[in-house]
Parts: sequence; C-alpha cells; structure tokens
Amino acid sequence: MSELKSLIREGRPVEQHRPWARAIVDDAAWNSAAVELADGHWTLLGLWGEADGVHMALLDNGSGDIGVVSLECRERRYPSVGQHHAPAIRLERAIQDLFGLEANGLPDARPWLDHGRWGVRHPLGTRTAAPASGARYEFLPTEGEGLHQIPVGPVHAGIIEPGHFRFTANGETVVRLEERLGYVHKGIEGLMAGADLDRGAKLAGRTSGDCTVAYGVAFARAAEAALDIEAPPHAQWLRALMAELERLANHFGDIGAICNDASFSLMHAHCGVLRELVLRAADTCFGHRLMRDCILPGGVDRDLSPEGMAAIRVLIGEVRRRFPALIELYDNTASLQDRTVTTGLLKPALARQFGAGGYVGRASGRNFDARRSPGYAPYDQLHFEVPVLAHGDVNARVWIRIREVEQSLAIVEQILERLPEGPVRVAVNAPGATREGLALVEGFRGDILVWLRLGGDGRIDRCHLRDPSWFQWPLLEAAIEGNIVADFPLCNKSFNCSYSGHDL
Amino acid sequence: MRKLLLEGLIRSPLTEGPPQPADAALAELAAAVERKARHRLGRSLSIRQVDAGSCNGCELEIHALNNAFYDLERFGLRFVASPRHADVLLVTGPVTKNMREALERTYNATPGPKWVVAVGDCAFNGGLFAGSYAVEGGVSSVLPVDLHICGCPPSPTELLKGLLALLEDASTGGSVAGSGA
Repeated sequence: MSELKSLIREGRPVEQHRPWARAIVDDAAWNSAAVELADGHWTLLGLWGEADGVHMALLDNGSGDIGVVSLECRERRYPSVGQHHAPAIRLERAIQDLFGLEANGLPDARPWLDHGRWGVRHPLGTRTAAPASGARYEFLPTEGEGLHQIPVGPVHAGIIEPGHFRFTANGETVVRLEERLGYVHKGIEGLMAGADLDRGAKLAGRTSGDCTVAYGVAFARAAEAALDIEAPPHAQWLRALMAELERLANHFGDIGAICNDASFSLMHAHCGVLRELVLRAADTCFGHRLMRDCILPGGVDRDLSPEGMAAIRVLIGEVRRRFPALIELYDNTASLQDRTVTTGLLKPALARQFGAGGYVGRASGRNFDARRSPGYAPYDQLHFEVPVLAHGDVNARVWIRIREVEQSLAIVEQILERLPEGPVRVAVNAPGATREGLALVEGFRGDILVWLRLGGDGRIDRCHLRDPSWFQWPLLEAAIEGNIVADFPLCNKSFNCSYSGHDL
Repeated sequence: MRKLLLEGLIRSPLTEGPPQPADAALAELAAAVERKARHRLGRSLSIRQVDAGSCNGCELEIHALNNAFYDLERFGLRFVASPRHADVLLVTGPVTKNMREALERTYNATPGPKWVVAVGDCAFNGGLFAGSYAVEGGVSSVLPVDLHICGCPPSPTELLKGLLALLEDASTGGSVAGSGA
C-alpha cells in the first residue's frame, strides 16, 4: 500500500494546478494507481479525457489526500483502470465515445454515450463523420429457464428523465437490471470549450437542474482555484445558504416521492407543500425559485435583502412546526415501512468500492461528505453532523434524508445569525497564462467534481463535470437484484440519480 | 396520521387562485346551446410529459403543478402515463439527437386531435445548448408545436397560464394537429 502523495511526487508535476497537485505519470504508475483503487486503499473521484491524454482524480482513504494523475496517450490508448476497478468502466466507455481514446483491457468496450446519432464520432477528439442512423446496442446476455425481459424507457410513465432499463425477471423477481443511458447527452463539455467564465457558469448550472446551486458552487470554486482568488466571506456564506435551501427542497421532494411510489400519497402531498415553501422563500431571496445563475465565479450575483432574510426565518419556523409530524407519520405507518424496510439493499462494501456519495453512500455506511472532508468555506465554520447508517435499504436512504433536513435547518439558522458583512463579489481577471483548478462540492445527491483549465485569455480550454450519479447508477443495478419488479420505482426513487448530470 | 388527516379537514386549503366563479359558469351553462354546454363539460385535457433532453429543471416545476398550491387537476388537466391516453404532449429540453426518435415515436403514438406544448427556453430554440453536436434544437425542429411556454424553467404559475390558454383554445375547437396517428 502506497500513499497517493508519494505517487504524485514521483510524477512530473504540473505547475498552476490548484488546490491539489496534479502530476503526469507513466503507464506503470497509472497501473499502480488502478491497483490501489482495486485494493480499496484509494477512492476514484473522477476519470476524464481530453484530446491527447487522460486524467484521474483520486482520494487517499487513509490520509484524506486528493490528487490528480495524468497520462499522455500518444498512440490514442491507455491501460484500462476499469479492468481492475469496475467503477471506472462507464467513465472509460464515455472517454472512448467522446475522445476516441481506447482503454486497453477494458472489459466492456460497448459505446456508452454515443448512440450512433450524432453524425460524428469522437466529437471532442479528432472528429470524423459518421452515419446518424443509430447503432444497434447489444445488451448483456441472460440465460436460464423461465426468464423473461421487460424493456422500459427511454420515455417513462411519470414526469421523469429518459433512460432505458432492461429487466430480466424470473416471475416477479428481478434477476438482472441493465441500464442504458446517454439519451440526454447534450455535449456540455464540448460547449464549454472556448466559452468565457460567465457562459461556463450558466452551462454548469444546467448540467443537472436539481443541483443548479451545487454545480454553480463547484464551477465557481474550480475557477477561483485556477485563478488563485477567493470569493468574499459574505458571498461564501450566501452560497452555503442557497446550497442548503436546495438540499432542503430536494430532500422534501424525494421523501414525498419515495412514499408516493409506495402508494402513500398523504406524505407526498405534505412534503410537496414543504418543498413549495422552500422554493418560494428562495424566489423571495434570490429572484429565482431554483436559484439558477445566482452563483458566479468570484462571488454571487446579489445580496440577501432584509425581506429575504425574514422570508427564510418564516420558512424555518414553518418547517420546524410541520416536519416532526411527518417524521412520525413515516415512522408509524406499518404498511409504508413494510415497503421500504429491507427493500433495495445496497451492501456497504459496494458503496465503498464505488465511492458512492450522498445519501446512497451514507445509508450504506460510507462516512463521506465533501462539506466535511476535504471541506470548504464556510462549512469549516459551521456546526453540523453527517448522519450515517449501515442498513443500506430504501428505509435507510429515507432516514438519511430526514436527518439531513434537520442538519440543513440548523445550518441555515447559523448562517442567518452569523452572516459576515462585506461585498458579494470580487473582480475576476484573465490569468495571462494557463491555469487549472479542481473543486469537490457536496450537492444534495452527493459530491460533484469540477475540473477546469483556463487559457491565458480567461476562456475555458477544458472543463469536466462529474456528477455523483456516475458512481450511483451502477449500484442501483446491484440494489434491485432479488427484489420484485413492482419495487423498482421505490428503489429508483430512493437513489434518485440524475440522468442529465450523468449524460452531460 | 389521524391528527394530520383531521387537521386537513379543519384547515383551509392551500390551493390558490380559484377558477371562474361557479355561479356564473352554471348560469351560463344552463342557458347555453348544447354545443356550448358540451364544450364546458368537456373541458379536460390529458397531458403526457416527455423529457427530450432537459436538465430536469423544467420537470421539477411541472411536478410542482400537482402540489396543493397549484392543484392542476381542478382545471381538468391531468398527467397520464401513456401517449395513447394523451391529448397534449408537454415536451422539454433542447431535443437531443439521442432522444429524437423516441420523441417522434411518442408523438406518433398519440391519437389526434393532439397538441404539442414546448416548455422552457431549451425547448423553444435549444437555449444554451443550441449548436451542440448532440442537439437538434428547439422542439419545433422535430414536431409541429402549438404553444411555447418559455422560462428557465418557467414557474408553475407561468406553466398554468399557458396550459389554461391552451384549454380555452381547445374548448373552442382550435386544434392545429387534427389528424390522428
């Protein structure tokens, strides 16, 4: 077992990469990193490509260090990480689709985001024209007596995003779920190239609409790291206020929707009211219900007015008054518990292996929250707990959300009490030379990674956005195994992975 | 649970902005010719929502239409699970190339008369994603669109205004896409 720090020290350091180090390594070091991942000593935070190389962001579980290793791909190929460490497989398939870089030894080399519809191949690498008539996709074979398949999607029955689920069932029991995603691939990373920071922030805020604040913070922090500037404290606290309001709104929505998928609509109706109250308070404070485009590199776009502050105080009071009865309702309704307890079990070992973020990881024993570690302002000055459970079922994922609602309420109260004075934004100037920044920010769903390279003129050269869903979607396939088909909506909603954030 | 349900009985509803006064509508109905009465009573549209590439922001606000404050169903508008049950396709997103065929198939599976409502700035003209290799552009680049409701995302109130306008139009016989598939 080696330390990430020493692996990075042995590589060729890249100047002007902040706040964590990046080093260019050789094949052997790249492979040794893959083995450390496979052995569970490190966690994969991200794996992304560019025209002539691949990058891997890593977390050393022992020391908590973060670092990026890069490998130049002169012959358009690199040793697969996925052959050692399964969480990398889909990321490597995406790199192959977007950049045309091949992962040697990749156990599953089927296209992932590329459905044969774009009219080009390798749109972010060396583009070549290709037919846009659609390519046939081979699902994994399933064999056995009495098995049948149920294809679902991409257009689903509810008001949700598109994706395809291929169930293989034996009677009512799911023996395999295979996901096929990429339907909402918009080419965000392609649009990022050449954009200025303002446009970049807008694109980042539209990667996954339910995390528009968290993506805004992650993008801004990556840009600020690259430029070696800091947003003023007042702005950082306002960002945290927005992020916690976003977490509250989403958790209320999720708790209600999970119960609704167990046909318990009373909870859904009441949680829907709480969610609406949060969005209305956000609208009063920041002029937008989802707080979109409120966060910019260098700060935030507006200050909190006294009316806004009053609206949040009313909101917190209202939630504190209404929510306990809903917790009790959830806890005391046996028919609901019957559906959520022991359903959709995700084993802690798998959550750890995949580095599952958010409530998915924390309901399966993975004690990780980017607000705490690596941590960032102003959370280092706020008191909060990170709830962790080990059961890994739908019920545990509901309880993590309930506990996080309580923590977020406490955080919002602290922010209102101790909000520092000062400007809302600092000037952002072109750096004059290439600069790189990395940020890891806790959205409601889990940790979002943004990596950014700015050119000397301040325009974006390359930006990679890694949604927490990349490491959660594969786990849904594992969690559903052995459950009945009718429990899939319940399991799926308890994960609530982002299609858009994943497909980009 | 009993306490929550009881509270719901005695508390005034949260639902806002009641529709037209019932008395006037009833009087009008009583006096109206049969055709007009049928239009009033038949004031109902089934909506099938299709995400053709959105960031999921529009979906959040469309969802909100069902909450106690907006209560979409009181207007005779409701979401259905299949295009075969739908009168209206509510389409979001800058139609991605990977979703184009699914969107077309959904449209073709919807019986006429039918309407297409494009929701959000992306569905209007591709929004911020216009020009991407992976994006077709606004919904009208793929399907005939009857109504655009812009915004990023449009608020539930804006969605409601647009849908009510469509309802008025539909109940007076206005339909663009009249032929069934």
